[in-house]
Amino acid sequence: MPKLTVDGIEVEVEPGVTILQAAEQAGAEIPRFCYHDRLSIAGNCRMCLVDVEKSPKPVASCAMPAGEGMVVHTKSERAVKARNGVMEFLLINHPLDCPICDQGGECDLQDQALAFGADRGRYIEQKRAVKDKDMGPIVSTIMTRCIHCTRCVRFVEEIGGVAEIGMTGRGEDTEITTYLERALTSELSGNVVDLCPVGALTNKPYAFTARSWELRKTESVDVMDAVGTNIRVDSRGREVMRVLPRLNEWINEEWLADKSRNACDGLKYQRLDKPYVRRDGKLQAASWDEAFAAISEKVTGASGSRLAALAGDTADCESMLALKDLMTALGSPNTDCRQDGAALDPNVRASYLFNTTIAGIEDADVILLIGTDPRKEAPILNARIRKRFRAGGVKIGVIGAAADLTYDYDHLGLTADVVARIADGSHPFADVLKNAECPMLVIGMGALSRADGAAILATGHAIADSTGMVSGDWNGFNVLHTAAARVGGLDVGFTPGDGGKNTQAILDGAASGDIDVVYLLGADEVDTSKLDKAFVIYQGHHGDSGAHGADVILPGAAYTEKNGTYVNTEGRAQYGQRVIFPPGDAREDWSIVRALSERVGHTLPYDSLEQVRARLRNLSPVFNHMDDVVVADWEIFGQAGSIEASAFTYPVDNYYQTDPISRASQTMAQCTQEFVLGGTGKATGTDG
Amino acid sequence: MLQDQDRIFTNLYGHHDWRLAGARARGDWDGTKEIMAMGQPWIIDEMKASGLRGRGGAGFPTGLKWSFMPKTETDRPHYLVVNADEGEPGTCKDRDMMRFDPHKLVEGCLLASFAMNAHACYIYIRGEFYNEASNLQVAIDEAYEAGLIGKNACGSGWDFDLYLHRGAGAYICGEETALIESLEGKKGQPRLKPPFPAGVGLYGCPTTVNNVESIAVAPTILRRGASWFAGIGRLNNTGTKVFCISGHVNRPCNVEEEMGIPLKELIDKHCDGVIGGWENLQAIIPGGSSVPCLPSTICNDILMDFDSLRDVKSGLGTAAVMVMDKSVDIIAVITRLAAFYKHESCGQCTPCREGTGWMYRIMQRLVSGQASPEEIDMLEEVTYQIEGHTICALGDAAAWPIQGLIRHFRPQLEQRIQDFRDGKFPRAA
Repeated sequence: MPKLTVDGIEVEVEPGVTILQAAEQAGAEIPRFCYHDRLSIAGNCRMCLVDVEKSPKPVASCAMPAGEGMVVHTKSERAVKARNGVMEFLLINHPLDCPICDQGGECDLQDQALAFGADRGRYIEQKRAVKDKDMGPIVSTIMTRCIHCTRCVRFVEEIGGVAEIGMTGRGEDTEITTYLERALTSELSGNVVDLCPVGALTNKPYAFTARSWELRKTESVDVMDAVGTNIRVDSRGREVMRVLPRLNEWINEEWLADKSRNACDGLKYQRLDKPYVRRDGKLQAASWDEAFAAISEKVTGASGSRLAALAGDTADCESMLALKDLMTALGSPNTDCRQDGAALDPNVRASYLFNTTIAGIEDADVILLIGTDPRKEAPILNARIRKRFRAGGVKIGVIGAAADLTYDYDHLGLTADVVARIADGSHPFADVLKNAECPMLVIGMGALSRADGAAILATGHAIADSTGMVSGDWNGFNVLHTAAARVGGLDVGFTPGDGGKNTQAILDGAASGDIDVVYLLGADEVDTSKLDKAFVIYQGHHGDSGAHGADVILPGAAYTEKNGTYVNTEGRAQYGQRVIFPPGDAREDWSIVRALSERVGHTLPYDSLEQVRARLRNLSPVFNHMDDVVVADWEIFGQAGSIEASAFTYPVDNYYQTDPISRASQTMAQCTQEFVLGGTGKATGTDG
Repeated sequence: MLQDQDRIFTNLYGHHDWRLAGARARGDWDGTKEIMAMGQPWIIDEMKASGLRGRGGAGFPTGLKWSFMPKTETDRPHYLVVNADEGEPGTCKDRDMMRFDPHKLVEGCLLASFAMNAHACYIYIRGEFYNEASNLQVAIDEAYEAGLIGKNACGSGWDFDLYLHRGAGAYICGEETALIESLEGKKGQPRLKPPFPAGVGLYGCPTTVNNVESIAVAPTILRRGASWFAGIGRLNNTGTKVFCISGHVNRPCNVEEEMGIPLKELIDKHCDGVIGGWENLQAIIPGGSSVPCLPSTICNDILMDFDSLRDVKSGLGTAAVMVMDKSVDIIAVITRLAAFYKHESCGQCTPCREGTGWMYRIMQRLVSGQASPEEIDMLEEVTYQIEGHTICALGDAAAWPIQGLIRHFRPQLEQRIQDFRDGKFPRAA
């Protein structure tokens, strides 16, 4: 453990720590631009120069390992002079357009220029101008502002796994550009905006809409996938302006996937802001009273077995619990939260969790992916697998279509029977798993939502058992969900009760006339054509497929408009916070169900959010341990059966449009055009 | 003055056969096996004792550099890389050595690699050196064929492979870590040090990068003994050195001379003096474009070696002496050099990327006098803002010529400004 002195304060640091990190421990702040904790060290901005005794030149503290007995001065004349000099150089070719720059107010260069810059410039020559580059619908570029710190270059190569940004030219003519000036094909591309210390790369959809100091910042949780990324939602008035990542080492570190970041403009379009009731075959605006009356008429006195409810992919736990309680009160066991019909076993918690945890991926030495494309289903989790891959010494196997996952893997086959062969030991990868110290497997919805999903789940259990995946603290059995509501739904028991119907049976029942009333709680991903005969109640926030065929629409709140609990794929329960109020007459979802329960004569026993949450905590210990993972016991699950030797189909085809919010988002539509439909590039005169 | 029998490069002018037979006749490849039989520690000690300082410009003791390599080879192989990317303006010594005496380099590569436990050596040659690369490749092929290198080189039991790699013309690729990057197929940009190449170099393995001349003189030093080499020149500045004298002399040439030879003697003896006589001398740049220039007053009695030139705030550099007589516009000369460094800056780190352009623009105005006298001080400050603050030495190299100009020729700069203000236009900008 080297001991060194920084500004007269002696600190003892871990071996291998840099001077910059040691200085932080000693409480000395060193300015920096190119250095970033999670990226490789470039040492090119030279802002972090410090004075080290016995060193002939100032030393770049971000790159120099702290040595025993070093005496470092961060405020000596030499250090300050070096820093001021570098700051002057950075500013000579940087445009002084802060008043019209989106980074203004949250710009590292601006802040540090205030601290280290001169009050006037000495550079009277022409400034450099650089042509802007097209980085796609998410990242806006004003390259004249670039200070060539190469954080973006290092991010896309190291974390994003697509080497598509690079530095061309040399000297003053150096430019940061994308490969062939095309859009970045990474699902994490938006993070370069956060990384850019100046206004060269900014958030394109957010451009020129707000100033950082006007925004109200609310810490919340993302629902665009099942990862539970921690976010900060910035709002102004009644509008969500942008979404930023929030640090959480266990989940997303400090990254945010593009859909989670940029689908927020979808919150403004296609919104259901008042109740509707279908009259004469047409949906017509109505009052809450009329809407409830229409429902009450259908439900009161109806047999419970002829009622059903489906929960959607972004539903919060509170509303699912309320609806489940209401259905139970009405005598209906027909509830399901698994829109895709995934054969998850609600009775054994370990069967539907990502037991290893996301941070636990870093400990794995063999990873087997079954029927999942994590890059599209959970880009943040995929980044963690890539992080593990870059650390070296890991073997990754994939069963399913060979997608570009940003890391190398062994492609074991397309079809499901490979899973069975690994389980019975006839496939060589079984030995790889057996010989591993910490093996893990990830089963995706592409495997579980098949007809033989239960058999695959059981086979996954068998692989885990036969290869020693579950031992001591290590549980290598994982299910990767695609829906933010799924684990929460299973935890609150939004699944068929005794003799109850599951999603498929409900849909079939509605088509055949066995089910009269179907309550869709934000459920848009089912085949709504089967619901034509039934009376459909749609409670949700967007006029998506579920609302189109509805007979009554109850306008609910999107995730930014309500206080809700979400459980991520690891089984980690987290609170999402209300950022703004729902539009128009829309209300928080649990309260809608609560109000309706009174009208149908089965008043639910809670009047406040706190009371609902008290009931949640009673129901499951998971809700007593917010932000933590409650370890699930390893039990028997799945259903042995034959596995069909057909290829897996991944659940997410178009990453950018998976739920009502992203489908309503213009930015996501542009991304779809650019990346999924095969970007046409620049529009020509004959387009449209 | 150096005696003929003490010359190492006996075919510097290409008067004799440069191929293997000719090289052998001049004593190359003589007793190489026996030298190797003396063992690695002996070779390194001998190099240290010879006092040879790196001939690429920085003057770091070569034997010491070799001794930094790990003593035993682990799973990471060792590499020797020879820097033949001779791009320093004014310098043309490596070029003639490779063209006319390539076997000295090939033999040196073998001995140096052997001393550092390297089984492979790469020569990174400047792309423009077509004929040199061609001759060198012939020499390498000849050496392979004669069993001098390759498996069991010279019958010593040591396996050694030598590769020639042609660069693509960037000055910065002459910086050792940028050269390594370029050799690896990446963009030629200097790496951060530490780690130094001796720990983490080419492909992450221990590597030593040496100048052509440092390697080419090694076999002769080992053959004739460290004390012979150390007996030439002055203390800490021993041996012989090839000087490249260009500019306003009657007969520009490359010449091998004793270290520490007086500049005046060097020019008068080998170049027939300055054009128009010694009195007509305005300034010299003693060691390639990167070192500060010296006015004639200092030139009178200066010795050409590392330490004495350092004492007058210049440097021996690559020993490329550029002579300028009084017809030269010294401001325009330094401006041209500033343009060169602006063009060759890799753009990686801030002070060099932004500073070289700034300096060049101020210099451009100073040439025609369109500046204010305060800007001379500002320019000097800018040079000190760059110097020592960059990843590699290119920033220093860009700053020094301008510092030299301001140190010694400030009156001329001020006069130029005054001339412009008086309506006299000495030159078009």
